[in-house]
Order: sequence, then structure tokens, then C-alpha cells
Amino acid sequence: MHESAWQIFISAFLANNFVLAMFLGLCPFIGVSGKLETAAPMGAATTFVMLVASLCAYGLNLLLTSFNLEFLRLIAYIVIIASAVQLVEMVLKKYSPALFRALGIYLPLITTNCAVLGVALFQTAREYDFVQSVTFAVGAGAGFTLALVLMASVRERLTLSDVPSVAQGTALSLMLAGILSLAFMGFAGLGG
Amino acid sequence: MSQTTVRTWDEFMEGVWRQNPVFVMVLGLCPALAVTVSAVNALSMGLATTFVLTCSCVLVSLLRKLIPKEVRIATYIVIIATFVTVVDYLIQAVSLALYDALGAFIQLIVVNCIILGRAEAHASKNPPFKAMVNALGMSLGFTIGLFALGAVREILGAGKLFGVALFGANFQPWVVMVLPPGGFFVLGMWLLVFAAVARRKQRKLAEVAQNA
Repeated sequence: MHESAWQIFISAFLANNFVLAMFLGLCPFIGVSGKLETAAPMGAATTFVMLVASLCAYGLNLLLTSFNLEFLRLIAYIVIIASAVQLVEMVLKKYSPALFRALGIYLPLITTNCAVLGVALFQTAREYDFVQSVTFAVGAGAGFTLALVLMASVRERLTLSDVPSVAQGTALSLMLAGILSLAFMGFAGLGG
Repeated sequence: MSQTTVRTWDEFMEGVWRQNPVFVMVLGLCPALAVTVSAVNALSMGLATTFVLTCSCVLVSLLRKLIPKEVRIATYIVIIATFVTVVDYLIQAVSLALYDALGAFIQLIVVNCIILGRAEAHASKNPPFKAMVNALGMSLGFTIGLFALGAVREILGAGKLFGVALFGANFQPWVVMVLPPGGFFVLGMWLLVFAAVARRKQRKLAEVAQNA
């Protein structure tokens, strides 16, 4: 692989944005994007989990490959991610109980956020080295946060406007996501 | 029909219609949007999920008295991941083309919230047969949802269904529908349709109640 770290970052951040171009992590994207003040911390928490998961996955993959145990990869990754989420949960509960309550059920659900497992799986499939893996994880997390914050900002304004009642809720959010995704397609080709 | 068959049928239909995972509960969106660029992909994804969901639910239900409450989620995930690994290798062996088309999304079945949700909400409290029926219903509902998305996207975006051209040579494909934004749009449309139907039904019920 000869991609530079910068290319990987831009690609994961914008051109192949995890949420809007690759459909990863949609549940929290729809679920937590109602308010800006929960969206940003959620993005930060997910980014942190992604980073930890990516680091662990990198080491784990080396270990599993050296023992010829590739078929255990998926199981090992998911266990690592679950532990990382547990860690974030404990830290948040101790240092910011208000935020912990605001994120509610979506915090443990980071475990089943496909974006996190996606980072681990993609970096393995693309055979990234250590630096590439880390930049990929940071880029993906930043892209996830960006999408979440954009969506939350739009939805905050939307609550004040007059929408046809039949379209309220998820249907409208999905339409919005479609338009955002259309805009993000303009970044296609950026970063190679 | 006897009482028990009615109940089994109800259990089955719950997932197919009343609690349809895609259109009513809006769960498992990631695979629903990512792989549904064509009807074939959508159906294969549906089948793979069916296998994983049914097997995991039956196993969880069989082990429900053995699994300690504190580590149940972790146990479920390991069970699910095992079956996903099986499916992953199975698809790779059967059709490499399909495996490439679905890509990482086969492995990402692990984090499909429908499966964990069913294991936690239903299979951990019910006997194996009931869990299996419920899981099959849910899977069918999911597959129908995927197919509805995939078919619309393939017809609009490529002018084909199952790879067979539907329109004449003059058809200009609506390419955006097979690109990422199209996934969001089509699912949004379907949800609108479902909301409109539900609303009409409610209004009719209200009228009936008023007249009575």
C-alpha cells in the first residue's frame, strides 16, 4: 500500500465519509443527532473508541496471523470493541455524569456501531500499517463527528419550521441525510 | 385453525408486518442501505441475516438458563459472531462474486442491531421453538424490507430487475439511486408511504368509532 497518511485521512474524513458514503454507524446518526450538545460528545466518544479499537485490532491481527487463527478475527475484534466501550463508559460516568445520562442507551450501543467494527475490518482488509491504521481511525472518527454535528445543526433548525406532519420523524431525517450525502459526493476523488 | 397454530402464526407475522424491522422499527439500517444497490444483493444479504438470526436465537434460547445475567450481552455477541464467521466462509466458498459485492457487510452482520435486539428481547425469555418462529418472522420482514429497497433502487438506478432490462434502450438510468444518496432517499420514501398508510387506517378507525 502506497497511500500517504494524509490521503487516508482525507478519504475517510470526506470523500468516503463513513456515515454519508459508506452507510456505517447509521443508528446513532439517526438516534443522537437531535441536539447539537449531545451530538458532539457522542462523536468524540465514538472517535475515541475507534482509535482504541483500531490500535488493539492492529496488534491483535498480528498475533492472530502469527498463530494462523484468522477465523477468530471477527470474534476477537468484537470483544476488544466491547471492552473499549466499557472503558469509555466508566470514564464518562466518573467525570461527566450529566453527559453520561444524556447519551443514555446510545453509549453502550457504540459496541454495535458498525462504524467502529468497520474501522477494524477495513484496516485489516486493506493491510494498513500502524501509522496508516491510526490515521484511518482518526479520519473515520472525525468524519463521523462531522456528519453527526451537521445533521444535528440542521435538525435543530428544523424543529422550528413547519413540516408536513406525515413526514415528521425518521422519514424526514433520512431525506436530510440523502441531501447531505449528495453534497458529500462533491468530495469524490479528493485524496485519491 | 387451533389455538396454538393461531398463536404461532401471530408470532411469525409480528416480525413480518406489525414490527417490521426495516420499516417500523427502523433497525439494521447500515446493511439495509449499503448493500441494496440491486435486488440480488438485497436478497442474499437477507438470506445471510436470516441464517445468523435464526441460529443465534435458537442457541441463545437453548442456553438461556445457563448464561449468567451479568455477561449475557457479551455471550450473545460471541454466539452471533460465531455464526457470522460461518456465513462469511460459506458465501466465500459458494460464490466469490457475491462475496466481493457484499464486501465487509457480511462480517458487519455481527453488529446488526436487529439480531442482538431479538436475542435480548425475545430469545432470552422464550423456549427454542417460539424463539425460532419469531426469528424467522423477523428475518422475513427484514428480507422483504431489503428487497423493497433493492428492487426500487435497481429499477430506477439501472432500469433493470434481477439484471433483466425492463425498459427500452431509450431509458436514461437515474444513477443517483444506486449511489449512496439514493439509499437514503428511497428508504425515506418508503417510510413516508408507510406513515401515510398508517394515518389513513387510523382515520378510518376513528370514523368507524364515531359512527358506532
